[in-house]
Amino acid sequence: MFLKEVVNSVKVLNEMTVTFESRSSNESFARSAVAAFVAQLDPTIGELNDIRTAVSEAVTNCVVHAYKDQIGKISINVRILSDNIVCIRIRDKGCGIEDIDKAMEPLFTTAPEEERAGLGFAVMQSFCDIVKVRSNVGSGTTVTLNKRISPRVGNG
Amino acid sequence: MPKSVMCGNELTVYLSGDIDHHSARKIREATDALIQQNQPGVLKLNFGGVNFMDSSGIGLIMGRYRMMLLYGGSVKVVNVPDNLRRIMELSGLSSLNVFERSGEFCESVK
Ligand SMILES: Nc1ncnc2c1ncn2[C@@H]1O[C@H](COP(=O)(O)OP(=O)(O)O)[C@@H](O)[C@H]1O
Ligand SMILES: [Mg+2]
Repeated sequence: MFLKEVVNSVKVLNEMTVTFESRSSNESFARSAVAAFVAQLDPTIGELNDIRTAVSEAVTNCVVHAYKDQIGKISINVRILSDNIVCIRIRDKGCGIEDIDKAMEPLFTTAPEEERAGLGFAVMQSFCDIVKVRSNVGSGTTVTLNKRISPRVGNG
Repeated sequence: MPKSVMCGNELTVYLSGDIDHHSARKIREATDALIQQNQPGVLKLNFGGVNFMDSSGIGLIMGRYRMMLLYGGSVKVVNVPDNLRRIMELSGLSSLNVFERSGEFCESVK
């Protein structure tokens, strides 16, 4: 009963979805598109930079790891929830992650030859409030980023 | 090609724009070519013109750090804009002693 009320109290106020190919040239498009959508909450420059950075990490992981030697589809869904919460879901249908806990350890990388620093998940965690990863080997990965934007005075 | 200045044994490379996985590759190739050409003792990476950077920039610095170490040289990171502070701190690069305040003579030669 209580849980149901909590779930019901989360309202989706606005939503957008973009799907694009896993080309590295789309990395800047992806973070700009999300930032442009989130701008309606009047975030600070710092908050917007946090979101851009976290999205860039998640999308880069799809390009570099999920679709290593191929081009696949990346899908981003952004929802504005009540209480100024932004929920961003980045999804690929790539190779998947075998051990998520290990993948999320700072400095862990399976692509050192590409000068990956192994800090993508650490950055997402530091720049967002909640980071969730769901993955199945062979069918893909979904990363969910939640961040609350501070309400601005005079914001109606 | 990024702007660069050789001053004494110090090579300063002026980075600009967005540093992500896509752009890092070109920056890496250009910087490494400049290192080969000039064989500096110190590589100074000036981040003053950088608007955005994700962890690809950390990989870029680490890679140049290793390369310079191989030549017996070192890397300095200068002029870091406010919005890059947090990711620079998170990177653990400060333990490698690469951060330095800017504004010395070599920079003002520009
Ligand atoms: N979308 C993904 N699909 C498959 N593997 C992934 C994905 N995202 C992350 N990984 C795995 O998790 C590791 C850690 O990711 P991250 O923290 O971003 O570091 P980096 O990208 O620098 O390797 C990657 O090296 C990769 O093995
Ligand atoms: Mg990554």
